Parts: sequence; structure tokens; C-alpha cells
Amino acid sequence: MSIRREDPLPDHELLVRQNIGWMLLLAQRTLGNHCDLAEDAVQNAFINAFRSLEKLQDPSKLTAWLHRITINSALMELRKQRRQAEQPIDELLPEFDQNECRLEERWSYLARTENVVESHQMRALIRISLEKLPKNYRIVLHLRDIEGYSTNEVASLLEMTSSNVKIRLHRARSAMKNLIEPLLRGEIN
Amino acid sequence: MKRIHGMITCVEFEEFIALYIEGELSQRQLSTFNLHLKMCRECREYLTAYRRTKEIIQASATYSEALDPSAVPEDLVKAILAAKEA
Repeated sequence: MSIRREDPLPDHELLVRQNIGWMLLLAQRTLGNHCDLAEDAVQNAFINAFRSLEKLQDPSKLTAWLHRITINSALMELRKQRRQAEQPIDELLPEFDQNECRLEERWSYLARTENVVESHQMRALIRISLEKLPKNYRIVLHLRDIEGYSTNEVASLLEMTSSNVKIRLHRARSAMKNLIEPLLRGEIN
Repeated sequence: MKRIHGMITCVEFEEFIALYIEGELSQRQLSTFNLHLKMCRECREYLTAYRRTKEIIQASATYSEALDPSAVPEDLVKAILAAKEA
């Protein structure tokens, strides 16, 4: 079936109305502390989408295509922001003694995933912890572990090497483990 | 931790974790990694907590609250459509 292009306006309006909700949420998640810029990011994403909509060969890939455009638009907004004072990632990474032995308190309890994610309060704590990560680390963790992009896709989106993505991802996860440790140890419930 | 001959340190183990999680360690590296894991309680517990952290981050993302359709700003929809016409 061919797509009618006689009057493109309703098509575009429908496109906006059907997708603006999840695109706003995606932009807000990607922008983190700068979520006030989500509307700008989504507006620019739609403008870019309208410009190249005709080039989209496979309509079944529309959502994935809009997803990537929204991420790119949010990343553009993030790049415009001045670098803010951030907690250095090193302070959140694992510690070792002079013999290169890990310093890790014994774990007598480890929270179950379902118990954590079912709690509104704990999910809020996870979001707050994510915001504490330096921006360059948070965005890698966000794209890889939350939005589900592959290492190579993240490298392409952020214009960095795959090796750097892997290093930043590992450090970001390590830092998150440190940040949510009271929750993991059952000290917050 | 009791260290046996040929065993890597915890710092070296730490450098292997990212590749281990991605399933990218060679067979030889995996043997070295697993030997350390067997012998070192601290790294074993650390890795379990690290994996749980990764699971929790991924699982919590699926709980993101759906946007109420009425909360979609009508002004934004109009601005987008107007920008298209400009």
C-alpha cells in the first residue's frame, strides 16, 4: 500500500501526536539534570525528522529512527551547556591497598532486584544517584544500560572509540554500585 | 587473600571485569579471571554487587512512569507544526 502524500500536514501532525509523549520522556531521561531542555530537544528532533522523513526507506523502523534522532537532539542540547562542577569519578571507584588487594566490606545481605525496582522510593534514589555521575559517564551508562544501544552504537553517537565507551561504562557502573550501596546492603528500605 | 603462583592481583582483575561482562575475554583470560574469582572473597562479593547494580539500573528503567497524554503540552505540538511550516 502506498502512503498518500497529497496533504502531508495531517501525516506530520499525527506523527507528532503519536510520538511526542515517549520522545519527551526519552529526552528528559537523556538530559538528566537538564531535563528543562527536553522540549527544545524534541522540537529540534521533529524538525530534523520532517526534513529527512522522505528518505526513511522502511516505515517499520520509524520508532527506532525517531529514537535515535531524539537522542542526538538531546546530546546536542547537552553539548551546549557549560561544564558544571562535578564530583570526580575517581572518588566513587573501588579502592585497593598497597598490595593491590581490594578493600571491600563483607556483604552479609544483597538486595534483590525486584524488591528494589518495585519501590517508588528506591527508584527515586537510583535516579538521584545517576544524576551524581559526571556527565560524560552518566550519558554512556544511560545509552548502554537504559536505552539499550550497543557499544558500537554508543561510540558512534558520542563520537568516541568503542574502547573508551567500555572503560567509561565500567567506571560508571562501579560508581553507581558505590552510590547505591546503602540500598544494596538493605540499609535503606 | 591467599595468592597462588600465576594469580592476578585485584587491580588486574578489576581491569578484566568490563570485558568479562561483555563476554569478550579470551579462553586464557577467562581461566585467569575465574582463578582469581575462586580465591578472592572480596572480588567475588564485589562482582556480585556490581552485577546486581547493573540489573537494577536496567530493570528500574522499565518502570519509568508513562506520560499522561493530557500532560503533552499542546503549545509544543503547535510550535513544532508551526516550525515545520516556517
